[in-house]
Amino acid sequence: MAPSPTVAVERLVKIYKSVRAVDDISFTLAPGSITGLLGGNGAGKTTTIATLMGLVMPTSGRVSVLGAEMPKQRYRVLHRMNFESPYVEVPMRLTVRQNLTVFGMLYGVDDLHGRITRLGNDLDLTALLDRQTGKLSAGQKTRVALAKALINSPDVLLLDEPTASLDPDTADWVRGHLERYCHERAATVLLASHNMAEVERLCGRIIFMKRGRIEDDDTPAKLLARYGRDTLEQVFLDVARGTGEAREAAQ
Amino acid sequence: MSAPAPHFTIGESARRIAAMMLRYWYLLRSSWPRLLDLVYWPTVQMVTWGFLQYYITTNAGFFARAGGTFIGAVLLWDILFRGQLGFSVSFLEEMWSRNLGNLMMSPLRPFEFITALMVMSVVRLSIGAVPVTFLAIAFFGFNLYGLGFALVAFFFNLMLTSWAIGIFVSGLILRNGMGAETLAWSIMFLLMPLACVYYPVSTLPVWLQSVAWLLPPTYVFEGMRALLIDKAFRPDLMLHALALNAVLFAGGVFGFLALLQSARRQGSLIQTGE
Repeated sequence: MAPSPTVAVERLVKIYKSVRAVDDISFTLAPGSITGLLGGNGAGKTTTIATLMGLVMPTSGRVSVLGAEMPKQRYRVLHRMNFESPYVEVPMRLTVRQNLTVFGMLYGVDDLHGRITRLGNDLDLTALLDRQTGKLSAGQKTRVALAKALINSPDVLLLDEPTASLDPDTADWVRGHLERYCHERAATVLLASHNMAEVERLCGRIIFMKRGRIEDDDTPAKLLARYGRDTLEQVFLDVARGTGEAREAAQ
Repeated sequence: MSAPAPHFTIGESARRIAAMMLRYWYLLRSSWPRLLDLVYWPTVQMVTWGFLQYYITTNAGFFARAGGTFIGAVLLWDILFRGQLGFSVSFLEEMWSRNLGNLMMSPLRPFEFITALMVMSVVRLSIGAVPVTFLAIAFFGFNLYGLGFALVAFFFNLMLTSWAIGIFVSGLILRNGMGAETLAWSIMFLLMPLACVYYPVSTLPVWLQSVAWLLPPTYVFEGMRALLIDKAFRPDLMLHALALNAVLFAGGVFGFLALLQSARRQGSLIQTGE
């Protein structure tokens, strides 16, 4: 028997005034899977992620995470989830250690001191722990945000552009860390990114969104084959520009 | 996958409240202008009104009897105003630093957030007001602590009002974004004329007096004048204030939760800017 999905989204609709930000989408995420959520700006990715976190209330439909109905039962599972998003920041006036201490306490992390030390080592933040977050470079801040997202060793991790602002070397290193973390923890990850190489490397499955709807949903290899393309970037453009259907039909 | 057991104990809740207080304490410690801001304005207020009172007492018989009412009013008004501001500014810090989303997507519950903000408003108020009360003794011989138990009753009632208003204003900011920030700074001044901070309720037109008596601080300032002028503590006034405060506080919390729910519906929590 297949294990119950970690995340189950059923006919989710979110309407802001007259705008259908998310339009009747359904998908499930298997435990321990890494799924890419792709789409152009305004495709509905952020609203979908925010709904999974219980930050946005669905207009209709059902969202369940780790068996809890969101947002109604969110406090049952929020301590097992975490996220990183460009829409929020880690407070700039606090040092990295102070921020991680505060968030660690909020998430009820045991042996917080040890956890911060380990994260410092893992994310190359040890030398920065006592520096003010606001005085770090953009790349260092991204690593701090990732440390905050991992502070509670989450079972469900929602990442929105996790390697933005990182140089290629650091971005590659962070991807490696995420891969290891997910493998060791069997964490379920939903990753929104515009970096197709990143998505191709990390994700076993890709969900394409456009104008609030799911346009396609498959493994990277099958998507490349179906669209007759060599790279995911080309597939992304096909989906975004609406040329995908014609191409698929031609195939 | 079945829904896991609820993750809530008093200890966990206390730890989250402590986390938020620690966050604000780190913030205060990291910025001397923030600390200075807590102290300088109450000091300026107290000194200005203190000298005015000194001038009046030497020129009018009634005010000679009413010694301390101005300084007392200034200090109590500051408890009310600074209490609300202390609450709202801590909340605004989360908006300014774009951290609200982090908090709202963490296990922190709204009542824990509110509790932390309430405690921090007392901490901020203490940093600002306690030194000023000692300056009032040194400059004008006015000892606020000489009010004894009455001061406890005044303080408790004023803090309840300030929290109730702070909670409601925070809800408005949560729902409407930083466009509503001005309310945090100015809403108390709407109450000021009706709360009769510097003059008795009888000064107001009769029709306005009934409105003034709907506000808990009105009872506190009347009580202060009764104590300083007639040397009589009025427990009836304090009980009236307490009853009204209970209603106001419940209304503030209810309003906050309703606005938070509305913010979740409207998606305002994702975009916490203007």
